[in-house]
Amino acid sequence: MTAGNRVRDKHRLDRRAAVARLLRPRKNELVITGLGSPTFDVAAAGDTPLNFYFWGAMGGATMAGLGLALAQPRRRVLVITGDGEMLMALGSLATIACENPGNLAIVVIDNERYGETGMQLSHSARGIDLTAIAKAAGFPKAYTVRKESEIDGLANHVFASSGLLFAVIKVASKPAPVCLPPRDGPYLRSRFREALLGTDANR
Amino acid sequence: MPPAWPKEIFQELTTAGIRQVAYVPDAGHAELIQLCHGDSGMHAVSLTTEEEGVAMLAGAWLGGDRGVLLMQSSGVGNCINMLSLNLECRIPFLALITMRGEWGEFNPWQVPMGHTTPKVLELAGVHVYRTDIAADIAETVRAAAKLAFDSYRAVAVLVSQRVIGTKDFKR
Repeated sequence: MTAGNRVRDKHRLDRRAAVARLLRPRKNELVITGLGSPTFDVAAAGDTPLNFYFWGAMGGATMAGLGLALAQPRRRVLVITGDGEMLMALGSLATIACENPGNLAIVVIDNERYGETGMQLSHSARGIDLTAIAKAAGFPKAYTVRKESEIDGLANHVFASSGLLFAVIKVASKPAPVCLPPRDGPYLRSRFREALLGTDANR
Repeated sequence: MPPAWPKEIFQELTTAGIRQVAYVPDAGHAELIQLCHGDSGMHAVSLTTEEEGVAMLAGAWLGGDRGVLLMQSSGVGNCINMLSLNLECRIPFLALITMRGEWGEFNPWQVPMGHTTPKVLELAGVHVYRTDIAADIAETVRAAAKLAFDSYRAVAVLVSQRVIGTKDFKR
């Protein structure tokens, strides 16, 4: 297989619909998104101050999720990122598995492509199995979702159960319409902290 | 007699309300790391690479926890793009960096990153405080923590190899 981008799509799930369905049962859980399409997918499902969107700092979403999960042990923290961003931070899966925070869930929206840069194939299109890597790192629960009917079960694991969780949702590479959330960093961090910490945010 | 400054740093971190400590294991910080692991009010997390700590502590601060990154100068280059998170979002960042590649260094491979560490950090937008004298370290950490958390800035304290002592490979 080549590292180019002319490979037939193996997956049918629409990423926007998949993320919207995943987030449907969400109440006040905290969400961090990886840069690019996952940020846009989560914004399209409904903007809220409790979404912290990465627009850069590639490779940082999962570890930001760990720091947030350790700071807020009673709140569920969900990181939604892409395969390219996850591949840049494989070491973080080892670090997170060692800490094993019971309130952290990581969901990778895997289109097997670098969507923002010209749809070049990522390693996940070339046989690299992110779920297997997470399992090998020691995630107590890690699995791959390929069908729409499986998303409600995943949402249940994220929002209605506890435990460290890793999941990959395989999605089609067809790009979704643009949906741009706020990108001003101080605004994003201040509204997030205010919504989460109340007046303590400004101490 | 073991040096007093690791304990003094630990005291300053406690006073500053540090709750999360991210680190890549480092001889210069070995005692401090042990102290942090032994404190029930702190969560000490061993990383695979320093940039993980930058992102982790940004997440910690979003959740209301203050954190510190302990590392040596060789890890500074790993952090640079991740620091855009702190710089762009004005999220506090505090790093205590033990220097390699300077004062009497034996290992030439440590020299390039050690030599460029202060400039690289400053170019990346980080405020750099350097300490060459053990007696100054605690006060410097205190000032750095205030600038970081009270003024929402990225701050690094460089602890000179002169203070730590040069690693002896021939021992």
